[in-house]
Amino acid sequence: MGLKQKALKRSLWVYHVGASPCNNCDIEILDCLTPRYDIERFGMVLVGSPRHADVLLVTGIVNKKCVARVKTVYEQTPKPCVVVAVGSCPCSGVLFRDSYNMAGPLDRVIPVDLYIPGCPPKPEAILAGIASLLEKMR
Amino acid sequence: MARRRVVIPIGPFHPLIEEPEYFALSCEGETVVDVEWQAGYMHRGIEKISESLHWDQVTFAVERICGICSTSHPIAYCNAVEDLLGIEPPVRARYIRSVVAELERLHSHLLWVGLAGHFLGYNTVFMWAWKYREPILDAFELITGNRQHYAMMKVGGVRRDIEDDDNLRLKKILADARGKIEMLTAAVLDDPVLAARLKGVGVLTPQDIKNYGAVGPTARASGVDIDVRRDSPYAAYHLVEWKVITGSAGDVFDKAVVRLLECKESIRIIEQCLDAIRGTKGEIDAKVREIPPGEGIGHHEAPRGEVFHYVRSNGTNRPVRHKVRAPSYVNIPTFRASCIGQTVSDVAIILAAVDPCYCCTERVQVYNRKTGRKELGFDDLLRLSREKTGLIAREVRR
Amino acid sequence: MTVVERLREGLGNRVIRIETPNPKRVYLTILPEDLGEAARFVWQTLDGRYVTVSGIDTSSRIELLYHFSVDREDTFVSLRVFLDRDRPEIASLSSLIPAMEWIEREIWELLGVTFRGHPNLKHLLLADDWPEGNYPLRKKTDGA
Repeated sequence: MGLKQKALKRSLWVYHVGASPCNNCDIEILDCLTPRYDIERFGMVLVGSPRHADVLLVTGIVNKKCVARVKTVYEQTPKPCVVVAVGSCPCSGVLFRDSYNMAGPLDRVIPVDLYIPGCPPKPEAILAGIASLLEKMR
Repeated sequence: MARRRVVIPIGPFHPLIEEPEYFALSCEGETVVDVEWQAGYMHRGIEKISESLHWDQVTFAVERICGICSTSHPIAYCNAVEDLLGIEPPVRARYIRSVVAELERLHSHLLWVGLAGHFLGYNTVFMWAWKYREPILDAFELITGNRQHYAMMKVGGVRRDIEDDDNLRLKKILADARGKIEMLTAAVLDDPVLAARLKGVGVLTPQDIKNYGAVGPTARASGVDIDVRRDSPYAAYHLVEWKVITGSAGDVFDKAVVRLLECKESIRIIEQCLDAIRGTKGEIDAKVREIPPGEGIGHHEAPRGEVFHYVRSNGTNRPVRHKVRAPSYVNIPTFRASCIGQTVSDVAIILAAVDPCYCCTERVQVYNRKTGRKELGFDDLLRLSREKTGLIAREVRR
Repeated sequence: MTVVERLREGLGNRVIRIETPNPKRVYLTILPEDLGEAARFVWQTLDGRYVTVSGIDTSSRIELLYHFSVDREDTFVSLRVFLDRDRPEIASLSSLIPAMEWIEREIWELLGVTFRGHPNLKHLLLADDWPEGNYPLRKKTDGA
């Protein structure tokens, strides 16, 4: 089933990649699962493997030790897929951009389709970003 | 027949990530015989970054060492610089520091309870714990403007005051939270399945704690009575009534109990601090302008244990050296002691029990040293953990 | 007896210098070869809790500070040693204090200090293919 059809059928599978995050964005993403935000009403489900993913949610700056892994995950994800940079770190690296261990921001490593900045972005912002993505796909 | 040595990959603690991570466990049959820890996937070079920031900017940088114990690093850093300066923040600021620090302990411990429940197969516990955590995040947003990364601490004080009407709103949030947390605590403590599942699992002795320099609930669960808030008073901890919670068995069960009972003490501390500042006014900033040459050490009891910061100044507006030691750096290596001799089905919960703030330090992975292949992924370990819980549940309920 | 008095009594002329910027902070300078003895005294006899080791490149020397907390006395005891910047090395403490294993690896890779006798001196935080001789916490001395 193509990505667009999946979006229409409201069954997008999302895989989360932590690429050197501080974990704040990851927690807010996990929060989207909880009753107050309930990401499942958008038809999205978090999955345990990139091989099943339609959407990659990536957090963190992508440090030098992570780069290979991020690329591997991207390669393992069936195409077409959507890559979302969640948080200001994968968007721009912010205060880490000159760090000796920095290999990001994310779009230096893999193509990015959607940027959701924030430190961290609130669950509402994450959901709004994803909802706008779904709109575009439909 | 020679028993096969298998190395098991343990993934990260985030239940939904399946990347390879860094604990190398060697097993013979079902029993863990060795543990090796590899790190580096989170390392962002913050200590070096501090050297290019001025003293006031560093608080914003160190907040981002870890999202979960976000305010702990700024507090320890401020304590270190204030140690160098030989000053204390004004008393109103000290109360506010304790309010924010204890709110953080609450949200962090609730987060942990949820994840631990998830690892054991109690998904309802995960949902409840995270649901009761939300009002704490609302409380943060109310008084600091953000749910995470509060930007409250500065050298010499705090950046924002707590107004009286917010003070009252916060008290109401806590009053509601208290009941929910008591219910959650009772549910965990009274559950015979959890007792059977977690007692005697992943034990750390007081000598283990000493050998690894372990801290926080990990240490206190083994009966090691250390807590920076009491031993080395700072902020408002010596101005209010509360008690240090210790266990005795050093097992996963006691680690859970210590965290849950600490939540109750945190609420006590926050309420007393709020009462102390409500209806009064005062300075919240010592207005530090210069940092003379010298060195300073500061520490703080973060949810996971002692956070330690060391700073050195040469009189310029930037630190010459800033050393950060997070609690998980000393707590995670205790796996050598707590996992060896245990079975594979307990590894996930033993790992979770030290509440590793993996971005404070690093993460964990296991691999098959002999074949280079992953024998069991973290998903497998979670599955084994939940299966064991199920088996015990059936036994207990018979 | 205060912590300082006990240190003087226990370590005698191994003590090169004691600095106490305030009563709760003791910085004790010793020779690298006396580290084992001093660490054992603080960790065992004084029952100090091992906290961490911080290293700094002062441009003329590499300075290591071994931090211990004597919790009961609310006092930090930090053992200060100076190493030759061109060939910084010191005996590993990991056989005395198991926790030392990781911090010594970190200081080796970030500052280039060799810990003699360390069972497993290899990268902890940096990638295995990190360029040799590139120590991120060393100061630049070429005028940059």
